[in-house]
Amino acid sequence: MNLLNTFFNVPVLLASLPQLLFGLLVTLQIGVTSILAGLVGGLALALLRLYGARPVRVATRIYIDIFRSIPLLVLLIVVYYALPFVGIRLSPFVSAVAALSLVSAAYTAEIFRAGIEAIPHGQFEAAQALGLSPRHMMVDVILPQAIRIVIPPLTNNCINVMKDTALASVVAMPDLLKQATQAQALSANPTPLIGAAIIYVALLWPMVAAVGRLEQRFAKGRR
Amino acid sequence: MSALIEIANLRKAYGSFTVLHGIDLAIEEGEVVCIIGPSGSGKSTLIRCINHLEPFDRDSRILVDGIPVAPGRGLAAVRAEVGMVFQSFNLFPHMSVLRNVMLAPMRVRGLSADAAARRGLELLARVGIDEQADKYPGQLSGGQQQRVAIARALAMEPKALLFDEPTSALDPEMVGEVLDVMKQLAASGVTMVVVTHEMGFARQVADRVLFMDGGRIVEAGPPAQIFDAPREERTRAFLRAVLNH
Repeated sequence: MNLLNTFFNVPVLLASLPQLLFGLLVTLQIGVTSILAGLVGGLALALLRLYGARPVRVATRIYIDIFRSIPLLVLLIVVYYALPFVGIRLSPFVSAVAALSLVSAAYTAEIFRAGIEAIPHGQFEAAQALGLSPRHMMVDVILPQAIRIVIPPLTNNCINVMKDTALASVVAMPDLLKQATQAQALSANPTPLIGAAIIYVALLWPMVAAVGRLEQRFAKGRR
Repeated sequence: MSALIEIANLRKAYGSFTVLHGIDLAIEEGEVVCIIGPSGSGKSTLIRCINHLEPFDRDSRILVDGIPVAPGRGLAAVRAEVGMVFQSFNLFPHMSVLRNVMLAPMRVRGLSADAAARRGLELLARVGIDEQADKYPGQLSGGQQQRVAIARALAMEPKALLFDEPTSALDPEMVGEVLDVMKQLAASGVTMVVVTHEMGFARQVADRVLFMDGGRIVEAGPPAQIFDAPREERTRAFLRAVLNH
């Protein structure tokens, strides 16, 4: 059948599979690096936004608002194609990771802030009354509780970052999507794109399901 | 200048509403002071100023063991010397009972985990919770949680303990077990400042009772004077309302 031959062509799929798997590796490298950088940056931004000196709080807030508003694709193009004009020349990998992390950090910061603000005031007071330093209060008392609360939204954000890695193909990163489009051009058949779609789903479905389970478990625990 | 806690001209206002109108108070080492009074009289605010959980007017002055209570370096030292027990316990729910008691001695006093655990178990035994040391706060009753909170405060070996309505959030049948622990502490010479609605406890245990109303200490004296021969009309009215039912 024509449809099968066009979109689910097994020989084409098998031929492109090594290329797709190499693309998956690149996608994972970009995704995982950006997620980790986004988590660290986001936590730092959240703490500055909540407890920094006033000018710091304002600056963090502006950063967060800007990077949550800017379309990732636009940011990526600016980082990769515009920065060279001011002498900053980044490799495609670094450009992709930078753009993804900058945006992810902004979202993550808001998630952490919500989590910290959800901790009852009495926890802060008990920690302070015991004489704990602000650092120990956060590390031992507040963050362990806040992180539990924000695991579902954080996982959601990780899923979004993973999906957004596909935009890296714009800056010539040989990621999963780029490999698929190249294989498609080479074989004059769109099956590799379907293959890429299946790989994305196989990668992200478990994370999506995990979020659902976690949310259920936390909802039960609260009762 | 020998009092453990010295409060001079303590003022505090939320916007235009004045909560504390220049309180003067000195608490001696080993003294048990109970503060009674209607809700909104400023009694909780008063003891929360002692460890600066509530900021207060700049002209006001509180000294704990000679150290001024003010934001900055000295504050950590004051808080390490003054334990606090809250109405809502405020145990750390993600740590075992023993960890709750061990945390501050390890982080603030630099005790080793072994030493902190030893001290923790000793204190939990003192409040009768040693068999629940590995449980989490959520698995304990309110009375048990409050006793753990007392052990947690004691673990810092504080010079004074502040109690902010420690039995107000408890089911009636659990009030006694917490008051019993507090009585033991009082008998062992711990300096205590207790905001409470438990008149029986105040009468039996306090060295001095303060009656507060409208952000002022209306009357202060030994329990016998406050409860049996109050001089101020407002004290009499309050006691009539609390004791006659």
